[in-house]
Amino acid sequence: MSKVIPLSGNYAVAYAVKAADVDVVAAYPITPQTAVVEKVAEFVANGELDAEFLHVESEHSALSAVLGASAAGARVFTATSAQGLLLMYEIMHIASTARLPIVMGIATRAISAPINIWCDHSDFMAASDTGWIMLMALNAQEAHDLIIAAYRIAEDPRVHIPVAVGYDGFIVSHTVEPVDVVEREKAIKYAPKRVTWYTLNPEKPMTMGSLASPDWYFEFRVQLQNAIESSREVISEAFTDFKHYFGREYREIDSFYTDDADVVLVSMGSATGTVLAFVEEARRAGMKVGLLNVRLFRPFPEVEIAKHLENAKVVAVLDRAMNAGSSFVGPLYSDIVVTMFKRGLDIPVINHITGLGGRAVLKSYVESIVKHAYSLVGKKMRDIERHYSFIGVRE
Amino acid sequence: MLVEVRWHGRGGQGAVTAAELVAYASIIKGYYALAFPEFGAERRGAPVTAYNRIADRVIYDRSPVLNPDAVVILDSSMVGREVLHGLKKGGFVVANTTKKPSELSDLLGQDYRYATINATKIALDVFRLPIVNTAMTAALAAASRVVDLEHLVEAVKSRFSARLASLNELVLRKAFELTEVK
Repeated sequence: MSKVIPLSGNYAVAYAVKAADVDVVAAYPITPQTAVVEKVAEFVANGELDAEFLHVESEHSALSAVLGASAAGARVFTATSAQGLLLMYEIMHIASTARLPIVMGIATRAISAPINIWCDHSDFMAASDTGWIMLMALNAQEAHDLIIAAYRIAEDPRVHIPVAVGYDGFIVSHTVEPVDVVEREKAIKYAPKRVTWYTLNPEKPMTMGSLASPDWYFEFRVQLQNAIESSREVISEAFTDFKHYFGREYREIDSFYTDDADVVLVSMGSATGTVLAFVEEARRAGMKVGLLNVRLFRPFPEVEIAKHLENAKVVAVLDRAMNAGSSFVGPLYSDIVVTMFKRGLDIPVINHITGLGGRAVLKSYVESIVKHAYSLVGKKMRDIERHYSFIGVRE
Repeated sequence: MLVEVRWHGRGGQGAVTAAELVAYASIIKGYYALAFPEFGAERRGAPVTAYNRIADRVIYDRSPVLNPDAVVILDSSMVGREVLHGLKKGGFVVANTTKKPSELSDLLGQDYRYATINATKIALDVFRLPIVNTAMTAALAAASRVVDLEHLVEAVKSRFSARLASLNELVLRKAFELTEVK
C-alpha cells in the first residue's frame, strides 16, 4: 500500500532513490541540493538502503565515481545544483557517449557571478547540449516519480543514455507538500534491475572510453543521436506504464485549454503552476488563453508541442535562463521557434525572461505577458521589432 | 477553499518547522498543503519568514503569499505593523506575547482579529528552551479553523521521536487552552 506523507522536493527525490534500490551514490554538497544526499546517506547509514555512499571531493569526482560504478553494472545516483553541475559538465558528455544509464537530480539554481543560491534554470539549460535525456518536474511528487521513471528509461536496451531530472531549487526542493511514496517492490517491478549495458568485467576484459580516431569518433556521436531519438518511444512507454503501476499520468508535455486558444503560453518548472493559476482565472473571465508545460526537454518533444501551437495566434514563451548574445536569448524559446519554423507556423513568438536568481514569478507578470500577446494578434514574426523582454526587473 | 498563512520569527525559534507541522496536520486532515520558507541563508536570531498554502484541491500556484489570511508572530519583539503587510481585512493576528488581544487591537487597529499566548513561558516550562513553534501552531488552531488541534497532535507524533512527541503534545494542549482570542 502506498502512503501519502509530507515531504520536501529534496526528500521526495531521496525516497525515490531508496525505492529504486540504487547501488552506488556519490555526491558533493551544494545548496539547494544537499538535503537529497543527506537523506540518502541517512538511509544507507540506518540500513534502509543497501548502497555504497561515496564521499568525494568535488562534483567532478562525484559524477566520475558514479560513471565508474555504472560501467561496472551498478544502478547509480548523484545530485547537484549550479556550479556543481558546471563542474560535472565535462563528465556529462563522457557519460552520454559512453552510454551509461546514470540518473541525476538537479535542484535548479542560478549560476555565479554574483553568487546566488536561488532558483532559475541556468544550470539545467547549460547541460542541454550534453546528450542527456532531461526532464523537469513541477512539484515534489513529480520529482519523486520522474526519478523512478528515469531508471526505467535510462536502462532500457534501446536507450542506454543518462537521465537528469530537474526540479526548482527552493520552490520545489525546500517546499513541503503531500507526496505519495512509491514502494520499493513496486518500483522494482516497474523498473527492474537488470544490467543491459556493456560492463567492465575482469573475467571478460574490455576497454571503455579509449581513443577514437577520426576513423571512428563520428560514428559514436551519430549513435548517440540515434539512441536519443529512439528514446522517445521508450519514454512514452515508461509514462504509460507508470500510470498503470502507480495511477499518476505523465506526458512529455501538458496542455491546458490550447484547442481554441488565441494566446498560448509555454513554460517549464514550478512557474507553470503560477501560470496555470492565472490561465484558469483568465478562462473564467472569457479570455482564450492556453498553456503548454514542457516536462521533457531532451529529446525535445516538438511533434507533440507543434500540435498545440497550430491554431494559436500568438505564442509567449517564459524562460528562467538566458543565453546572452544568442539570436534567441531564452533557451526554451529557441526550441519553440525552431519547432514552429519547421512547420511554417508564421505567427509572433515572444520570449519573456523572468524569475532569474530566485526572483518570484507573480501572477501579475503572467497577466502583463498575456496582455502584450493580445496586442500582437494578426501580426507575423517579421513584424516584431524586439522578440524578447525581461519581466520583473529594473531595466 | 484556500487559506494562506505567514509565519514571522527569528532563526532558531522554529518558524519553518511550525509551517511544516501545519502542512503536516492539514495533509492528515485530507487537504493539500504547502509549507515553504522565505528562501534565504539561515542564521540564528535573524528574522525568518515561512508560509502555508492550504486548500481542498491541488495547489498549482507557487508564487509567494502576498495576502495571507493569518499572520503568526513567534517573537514578541516583532509584534508590530510591519509584519502585518498584505494581511486581509478580518484576518487573524496570532502573537506570542504577554499582552491581551485587546491591547494588540488598540496598538495595531481594528481591521484584524487578535489572539495572544505567552508561548515562551509554555516552552520554557516544558522544554526548558524558548522553542515556541509548536505552541504557536496550537494558538493558530485556537484562534482560527485553519488547522485542528487533534491533527497537530497526530503530526507531532509522526514527526518527532516518542519522548519529544509527548512533550510537544503537552505544549500543544496547554497552548490551545491558554490562547486568548478576541
